[in-house]
Amino acid sequence: MPVNFFPTTAELVRVLPEMILVIMGTLIMALEPLAPSSRQSFLGTFSMVALIAAIPLSLLTFADPGPAFGGMLLIDGFATFFRLLVLIVGVLTIILARPYLEREKVESGEFYALVLFSIVGQCLMVSANELVMIFIGLEISSISSYVLAGYLRKDTRNNEAALKYFMLGSFATAFFLYGIAMVYGATGSTNLFDIRQVLMSGELATPDRLIFLAAALMFVGFAFKVSAAPFHVWTPDVYQGAPTPVAAFLSAAPKAAAFAVLLRVFLTTFMPFSQQWEPLIWVVALVTMFIGNFAALVQENIKRMLAYSSIAHAGYVLIAVATHSEIGTAAAMFYLAAYAFMNVGAFAVVSHFARKGETTVEIKDFAGLANHQPFTAAMLAFFLFSLIGIPLTGGFFGKFYVFKAAIDSQFYWLTALGLVNSALAAYYYLRIVVLMYMYDPSEASQNMPPLDLGVKTVLGVCGACTVFLGVFPTALLTLVNNWAILHPTTLP
Amino acid sequence: MTTLLDVVLFLPIGLFLLVLLIPREMGETIRIFSTVVSIIVFLASLGLVANFDHSQAGYQFVSQFQWVKDPNIQYKIGIDGLSLWLVVLTTFVTPIAIMISWKGIDFRLKEFHAYILLLEFCLIGIFVSIDLFQYYVFWELALLPLYFMIGIWGHGRKIYSAVKFFLYTLSGSAMMLAAILYLYSRAGSFDYEVLLAQISSGALRFTSLEESLLFWAFFIAFAVKTPLFPVHTWLPDAHVDAPTAGSVDLAALMLKVGTYSMIRFCLPLFPNAAREFAPLILTISVIGIIYGALISLAQPNIKKLVAYSSVSHMGVIVAGIFSLTQQGLDGAVYLMLAHGISTGALFIFVGFLTDRKDSLEIKDWGGLVHSAPALSAVFMLFVLASVGLPLMANFVGEFLVLQGTIQANFVLGVLAASSLVLSACYMLWLFSRVFYGERNADPNKEVYDMQPREWAAMLPMVFVLLWLGTYSHSFMPAISAANAGVMKHVGTQVEMQVRRSEPPLTPGVLVPVIAGPANAAPEVLGAR
Repeated sequence: MPVNFFPTTAELVRVLPEMILVIMGTLIMALEPLAPSSRQSFLGTFSMVALIAAIPLSLLTFADPGPAFGGMLLIDGFATFFRLLVLIVGVLTIILARPYLEREKVESGEFYALVLFSIVGQCLMVSANELVMIFIGLEISSISSYVLAGYLRKDTRNNEAALKYFMLGSFATAFFLYGIAMVYGATGSTNLFDIRQVLMSGELATPDRLIFLAAALMFVGFAFKVSAAPFHVWTPDVYQGAPTPVAAFLSAAPKAAAFAVLLRVFLTTFMPFSQQWEPLIWVVALVTMFIGNFAALVQENIKRMLAYSSIAHAGYVLIAVATHSEIGTAAAMFYLAAYAFMNVGAFAVVSHFARKGETTVEIKDFAGLANHQPFTAAMLAFFLFSLIGIPLTGGFFGKFYVFKAAIDSQFYWLTALGLVNSALAAYYYLRIVVLMYMYDPSEASQNMPPLDLGVKTVLGVCGACTVFLGVFPTALLTLVNNWAILHPTTLP
Repeated sequence: MTTLLDVVLFLPIGLFLLVLLIPREMGETIRIFSTVVSIIVFLASLGLVANFDHSQAGYQFVSQFQWVKDPNIQYKIGIDGLSLWLVVLTTFVTPIAIMISWKGIDFRLKEFHAYILLLEFCLIGIFVSIDLFQYYVFWELALLPLYFMIGIWGHGRKIYSAVKFFLYTLSGSAMMLAAILYLYSRAGSFDYEVLLAQISSGALRFTSLEESLLFWAFFIAFAVKTPLFPVHTWLPDAHVDAPTAGSVDLAALMLKVGTYSMIRFCLPLFPNAAREFAPLILTISVIGIIYGALISLAQPNIKKLVAYSSVSHMGVIVAGIFSLTQQGLDGAVYLMLAHGISTGALFIFVGFLTDRKDSLEIKDWGGLVHSAPALSAVFMLFVLASVGLPLMANFVGEFLVLQGTIQANFVLGVLAASSLVLSACYMLWLFSRVFYGERNADPNKEVYDMQPREWAAMLPMVFVLLWLGTYSHSFMPAISAANAGVMKHVGTQVEMQVRRSEPPLTPGVLVPVIAGPANAAPEVLGAR
């Protein structure tokens, strides 16, 4: 019997969060047909328990960091940070989705199981240290997301969203896979550290150009997942069509995970060629910001507007990626966390406001909301101000830190253009605030049902986290600075 | 260590939170509560004046702690002669702004008072911040309350104006953040005192291009806020459409933030660039003075007229700053206070007129002096102050500014002096059209005279106006000391030694001898 016929306990412990999520997800799938369709909500509780249990398990896992399964996975601070982030987003999504599904009368265990599987995929992605493993995680996450986007089977917009997402997503992953194949062909390895070693040694059998091409192809795949221009076109349609809690989830969790992988691959494996890929990301960041912000200016549907805004925010994070420095990585991590909270918060208000069948999602429907529901309006306004980047919010500090990283890496022009963009962006966020506070109430805001407990919880958590990150950023900053180390000098 | 300054800074935000806790049905309670507490804040700020060492240039009442470790951001506040009076001006104007809103604001009272207190917090925060990051936080945050005040309680094209105000100032300050970050990346600190020490000791040196870019990044943000011609276009809109309290806060306080910051940051941190570009900026500000005055002359709307007169007066202040002389700076700071009181009061009067009749077109008014004699008399007082009549606050400031400007550039100084003549033209013409002449009011609706509440708001303003105008020694030492510190960094002038030995250069104490009694003026004009 070979020595590692059984995985060691240490290795198993390192995938405990994924294990519990998979077990609970499967259990939910198995129980679903047994429970009557009117009593599926306990499955939601199951999924929540799984996600909440996975949070301390991820921390426990981090107590003994290191590689697992022959270097396929690497549990380090970076992986743990993103694991925690997607898990928290998962919990918020489930809390938000329960009243939504109940309202649409489509509650079933399937939804919760899919969320769990999607998160499993993301957890694997962020801790993968090997290209094939990344690909598998990406696929697990994506396929569940495709189904979630089209969850309301009878709704045509849902179908459109799912189909579009699936078609374009498949192309993108194909590009990514092609890139992996080329890297393997050039270096003979799929392990990130091994590839890096080969690239650093300068003993490539093939011309450098092949690696550039491979990196570019892989970047296409990532750019699609983080909705960076010019691979962003799916985003508005999918966010608009998908059920709002799913849109909230898509804008936070898969995006964060994709950024994590992008950072890991480009800052470890392709770091030796950073001079070559840096201009590429520079340009993509700039184009993404401009396209996102300009397109958002003219949107009439709030979900589409938030979609374009999420494109613009991907551009800000790409600035941090372009700096290819540790502080840049830390800035990206901080930004993604802050963005997750403020964006899920904004989507939560939209999700509640939309009502059955999502009939009221035009921006003008929000007119006069402050007169009737001052708390809801104040929360939405607060999240929008955070998205603008007004001080004392997480959004401001995130932006501040990204631009600081850019200045430290001497990206003066990119910083200047990024700041111009963030001033430009204020206009479309303000439009909603103006409508809510300065116009007479629309019919939709007059008849808005009171907030239910689930939405209140999400708003409370997101609001508290956004304030906390804006006023006391030190706690998270220390964390991300310690955990942003991606290329250790001594390889495991 | 907690100082009195911490208390003055955090009282308004604490009260803001308290106001949020009062149920919205209890509108009257909120009104009385806000009035009383804002007066308490003002009294607390007087404690600062009493305990302040007026002869010293550096920061006093310094209080600090580490806010964020990495990047090294501190909570660090303190005041010097420059900010002392502006803080007091802020706490002084806020209760008045609340009091004059008793009639004009009749819905969503809770939010309104919350915004006023939040604005007070932000403005004090701007004036007392020593850490640049913290300063920027307050700077941006101050936009929100005013934006809501204009947008919710304003009139006319209020939404357009509110958004224009917000976006204009936000875009203006985008580059300032980049500049602040750049300073940090070079100096490793956001602390103004550390930066200043590094720059003056030569530990931190910029190339001339770097320094110019940094200077302009800061200056543009301040110029938009001031507002300096040609980036002033948001101001008339914001003023005209804002509720009275919004206009008062805007004119008396918000505009001062820009000019205060020019003295605080542009001059000492980038002295070479300041010297290099001073002639250019001086020219722009003189254009602004004349342009604002001419536009004022042509205005058919009372509020717009006063708003454009602000553009002109703020031009005088900027001219004083960029004359780069001790007198010019002293005059500029003094004029900031004077303009805060006089223009603030003019906007309050405009509010009184709106309370009486729902029109601000000059042609709808006339002969007010018959039905409201007391109102006319007090209005006249502030018109004269705004014109720059001796004995009034503005005179001291304008006199010094012109003195400084003429030293810097004779021709521009003379042109800047035309502001005195032009402002007399538009202000007195306004007065004669609104208060004299045929009675133009609806005979059924007699315009009533000053109410007790209005007296209560105006008398403190009158008192301070005359004090500022007649006894500048109460205010000048602290300002001069701070400006001498600034001049040391800019380092061009020699006459400050002369200035030290001859305090009577300050005209406030001299003019009573020259000028006649102030209240004689209305009759003289009335006879015309």
